Amino acid sequence: MIQAPVTPILGRGGVIFLVLLLAVAILVPVLNLFATPGSALHVPDYMVTLIGKYLCYALLALAVDLVWGFCGILSLGHGAFFALGGYAMGMYLMRQIGSRGVYGNPELPDFMVFLNWKELPWYWQGFEYFPFALLMVFLVPGALAFVFGWLAFRSRVTGVYLSIITQAMTFALLLAFFRNDMGFGGNNGLTDFKDILGFPVQASTTRAVLYFCSALALGGCFILARRIVSSKLGLVLVSIRDAESRTRFLGYRVEHYKLFVFTVSAMMAGLAGALYVPQVGIINPSEFSPENSIETVIWTAFGGRGTLWGAALGAIVVNAAKSWFTGLLPDAWLFILGGLFIVVTLFMPKGLAGIFSGWRWAPRPPVTEAAKVSTQAAE
Amino acid sequence: MKITRRGILKSAVALSAVAAAAGLPTYAFAEGETIKVGILHSLSGTMAISETTLKDVMLMLIEQQNAKGGLLGKKLEAVVVDPASDWPLFAEKARQLISADKCAAVFGCWTSVSRKSVLPVFEELNGLLFYPVQYEGEESSKNVFYTGAAPNQQAIPAVDYLANEGVQRWVLAGTDYVYPRTTNKILETYLKDVLKVAPDDIMINYTPFGHSDWQSIVADIKKFGSAGKKTAVVSTINGDANVPFYKELGQQGVAATDIPVVAFSVGEEELAGIDKGPLVGHLAAWNYFMSIENPTNADFIKSWKTFIKDDKRVTNDPMEAHFIGFNMWVEAVKKAGTTDTDPVADAIIGVAVPNLSGGYSTMMPNHHITKPVLIGEIQESGQFEIVWQTPGLVVGDEWSDFLPDSKDLISDWRKPLSCGNFNVATGKCGGAG
Amino acid sequence: MRSLAAILMLLLMTCGVWASDAAQLINALAPGDFKERETAISALAASGAEEAAPVLQALSGGNLYVRKSDGKVFIAETRGDALALTDPVGMAAAGEGAKADIEKIKINNNLRRLISNALGGLTMVSTDPAARRKAALSVLKSGDPAALPSLEKAISDEKDAGLAALMKQAAAAATLRSDRSDAEKMAAIGVLKERTDRDTAALLTAFAATTDSGLKDAATAAAQSIESTLARWAAVQNVWYGLSLSSVLLLAAIGLAITFGVMGVINMAHGEMVMLGAYTTYVVQGMVAQHAPGLLPYALLLAVPAAFLVSGSVGVALERCVIRFLYGRPLETLLATWGVSLVLQQAVRSIFGPTNKEVTTPAWMSGSVDVGGVLSLTMNRIVILAFALAVFAGLMMLMKASTAGLQMRAVTQNRPMANAMGIRSNWVDALTFGLGSGIAGLAGVALSQIDNVSPNLGQSYIIDSFLVVVFGGVGNLWGTLAGAVTLGVANKFLEPFAGAVLGKILILIAVILFIQKRPRGLFALKGRWVEA
Repeated sequence: MIQAPVTPILGRGGVIFLVLLLAVAILVPVLNLFATPGSALHVPDYMVTLIGKYLCYALLALAVDLVWGFCGILSLGHGAFFALGGYAMGMYLMRQIGSRGVYGNPELPDFMVFLNWKELPWYWQGFEYFPFALLMVFLVPGALAFVFGWLAFRSRVTGVYLSIITQAMTFALLLAFFRNDMGFGGNNGLTDFKDILGFPVQASTTRAVLYFCSALALGGCFILARRIVSSKLGLVLVSIRDAESRTRFLGYRVEHYKLFVFTVSAMMAGLAGALYVPQVGIINPSEFSPENSIETVIWTAFGGRGTLWGAALGAIVVNAAKSWFTGLLPDAWLFILGGLFIVVTLFMPKGLAGIFSGWRWAPRPPVTEAAKVSTQAAE
Repeated sequence: MKITRRGILKSAVALSAVAAAAGLPTYAFAEGETIKVGILHSLSGTMAISETTLKDVMLMLIEQQNAKGGLLGKKLEAVVVDPASDWPLFAEKARQLISADKCAAVFGCWTSVSRKSVLPVFEELNGLLFYPVQYEGEESSKNVFYTGAAPNQQAIPAVDYLANEGVQRWVLAGTDYVYPRTTNKILETYLKDVLKVAPDDIMINYTPFGHSDWQSIVADIKKFGSAGKKTAVVSTINGDANVPFYKELGQQGVAATDIPVVAFSVGEEELAGIDKGPLVGHLAAWNYFMSIENPTNADFIKSWKTFIKDDKRVTNDPMEAHFIGFNMWVEAVKKAGTTDTDPVADAIIGVAVPNLSGGYSTMMPNHHITKPVLIGEIQESGQFEIVWQTPGLVVGDEWSDFLPDSKDLISDWRKPLSCGNFNVATGKCGGAG
Repeated sequence: MRSLAAILMLLLMTCGVWASDAAQLINALAPGDFKERETAISALAASGAEEAAPVLQALSGGNLYVRKSDGKVFIAETRGDALALTDPVGMAAAGEGAKADIEKIKINNNLRRLISNALGGLTMVSTDPAARRKAALSVLKSGDPAALPSLEKAISDEKDAGLAALMKQAAAAATLRSDRSDAEKMAAIGVLKERTDRDTAALLTAFAATTDSGLKDAATAAAQSIESTLARWAAVQNVWYGLSLSSVLLLAAIGLAITFGVMGVINMAHGEMVMLGAYTTYVVQGMVAQHAPGLLPYALLLAVPAAFLVSGSVGVALERCVIRFLYGRPLETLLATWGVSLVLQQAVRSIFGPTNKEVTTPAWMSGSVDVGGVLSLTMNRIVILAFALAVFAGLMMLMKASTAGLQMRAVTQNRPMANAMGIRSNWVDALTFGLGSGIAGLAGVALSQIDNVSPNLGQSYIIDSFLVVVFGGVGNLWGTLAGAVTLGVANKFLEPFAGAVLGKILILIAVILFIQKRPRGLFALKGRWVEA
């Protein structure tokens, strides 16, 4: 479906982003593993994991930007795909614990043992194999997005209606995964992981590798996403964003394009979740919470919608600010974060990415009617 | 400047005030020589409602300890962070507290999931966590000290009390997460096997977090309770959903004299937000009530009200757990002469400190503590009147005897066993073996 | 224990001790544990002493104290740091006592029940009809046979027909537990059968379990007939639960139907406007309690305009300072209002503290109304339902029949044209947003009666609110009403079968599928401008 690019794949911003990403991807683990601890250059272990986590969020924001920034699909449920990918990975990691759980049951995870489950449910079968789990990381979110998208786009559900039903989807999943009867550990989720592919998840080398993989995944998905949006298909997506009905009247099967990009984006989110779980050490239903999905959209908007690299940057900056302020000003950090969102919306309509194309000092003047129509269509 | 500028300022001001008032010499602490104590409680998000108080109580305890001359001649310094009721953030903050801030001990967490989230971090980085909340048991970690109640220190005595009062029919109502699930599993076995209750006389109900519409469930409870046998509700409903639950009970006229509700997560703090009038006589089982009368408790309440500058604030069970845990840690550090994790973890076993209910609590080799169990009835004032208490102290049982897979397990962190899940049937460490 | 008390009572009566010193009986309440106190309470109640009723009432109310030095029992009232004592014998003031010298006599649930039963017998002949009704109800619940003689006397004296019928039912309940003849018991079953409520069914079931005679079948049949009547009414009861849930959803969503539905602002701070309303209620109640305690029962009514004003002015300020720069960029309103919601939450947390705040329920909103003896409708839900409908009707009137409403609709439908007609669209925007926020504040007043008043209050309703507005059709107030009712009632019908969690999941899935069928909600707006 993707044809030859019709605009430059990366662009100036994209190149700078990739170079920076590559530098961070290599420097951080190298400084962590080889610099002497205590020296100014040494990056402590927790920093590696922390940045690794940000990179996973960045990938999620990238996935949101792909559908929202380029196709006008405002998904308030992307956290669901992220969490599903995370659960797939978490299930693999749980199976790797084997008989090292507290009850020493070789077959069942601890939470099943103390709830008196006798055998492994069918949907846990196969997750002891890494390739299978990896396949599921893409397949489960992809399939959900495909079915959901197929239904929604075919019925021409658009705008806020689509946003709210994606939110309903993630909320329904949240409630479902909370139920202990589902067999995913209920509210406690999956935790206490030991090994990944035979390497202990807590070793600094494993962490460094996971970190590097996250950076790699982010870079790879960025290139893929750029490749999609810079092709002819990408132009159709943008035209769907700006004038869906007109595109349809021109003979394009709008729902096919939307479905394709929505599914790809969901798979990216799933990958982000899968990389997130071993680094954070827990996956729990709260990842499905609609608030998380809304936050993801906010990172994207904060960084600059429709640039891809801006979204990734937004995710990193917002989360770094969150980490920093929750430690520095535990009682007041919400004022700062909230204030930041307001200020950015008012004074930097293009988000952080807009800084590079000029800082706007005054609130935006009233928009012209034509511009308003086009943005409304984008919702 | 570090995170704790406010904390230092506060404690410095209070310190001099206390010293001046008591005519004590002001201790001169060596500059930069501090022992850091991490406080890992949510100050925003859904759990802030319960956890903020615990952060404040820790700040007070640290301030008091500094007024007494600190620890090992050094000043204690509180490091407060906000994990924002976000479970992965708990793990991140725990990592930061141990490896970046080098905290000697961390006091924190409330929900089970937050504890589960930080547990691998504490084990990996070999830190110390004091966990102050009643929980479901089925866990024992070398690095965690459980100062809240295990199910046998709260749930089982409460059921015993009610059975003694003639209750024959039981509703086990809980929020659908691991603490109610496990507690109810234990209680169900206990009711059936020990109290010989027929399965028909047990109703189990789970609701989602923050459930706010209780009309149908309260009506169901009323219906269940009208079968001619005396009925009681054992509630493991989580904090947030309790207010609408109790409001609905009051509205539908379920009085404690008809169907008493005994709760394990409703204390003085939670009651502060409810109209107590219709609730008089409903019960709670805890290891501490603010209404206990003894000099230690009176002192604690007084200093808490002074510290928080609000005469209306109440004290509750998890606060007592922090009081005990903190004092135990202080004693253990003094005994070990260092704040290093391993010597302190060894030294703390067997340490006994006064609790607020008028006796002493001891840290047992399974990292749980001994506590009395009290049953209280809600009064209109928002306080509990103690109607029953265990004759002696109860040792926290981490592996329940009423779950098939855990009844053979014990935990003993003393050398040479040093094992959290020793199987007495197979004689091996590591679960079923 | 009850039989023991009865024996004791008989013993006391036969020995003629019942005329002996009441003080001794009263002082016997203090020493020993709950079991001994139980005996003492029964003895006091059986003595028929005139002091019995006030003393037991004091004991039940926690106002009975014992002097530690000599074990003498007093009725006491807190007066400053000390207690004002009243000697129960003769009801004479007996000076003051320091708190350290006297101790409260504790009771537990069992004793509380025993006292209320005993008081039932003692207050049956009271001159106050309300007290008699209460006494009859208490006997009805306990079925205490000891109350039979006084009950029968009361029936013959009773003038009020309704009350007499109630007393007869109470007497029937007591008869079942007594040692009267089978014929009398059979008649009692017939009387009780008319009372279709759960407690009576329970009474009959319990009775059936204790007897083997022909009475067993009659009692079982009567219990079953009550049960089946109740089961038939269960659907109606469910509709009621559904409607009252709907009213909560409607209140929570209707403000959003304005800010989001009509104005197109994705208002993430809507929940916080609700929260502000609830906190305003708390503050108003506190102020009334301090300055005009007599008005306390009506504090909630005062809170209604106050909450509207507080949330409404915050809304206007929000519109003027932030949102007006974002018209035409609705998605950015999501970002900004999310920021606003974080700030508001934390501000409330800083000012009021993170813990729940207590908002009391006034007496006129407490308790429940029995409809035909089978439906029990709680007062607070009735009031909230009525309030929701009133708010909705008021809003419809405002939108459809006033100049302001006309201007609001004009501006949201076609801004340049409205401007051209001389409407000050800036002000209309601010007022519309203020109106939506103010209504959210009203919702907060209602929610303070059934939910936590905490900084997180708003967040728990925001998702449901959006769902209701979208399900009903954005921009259509009738749609919001229909959406709230559909979701609320459906939820309550699913809950008994699927459980609370699964029921909610099913509702969400149903909404997702429904939107496929009608992509613009239940009541889609038609017309070209919708597509713009």
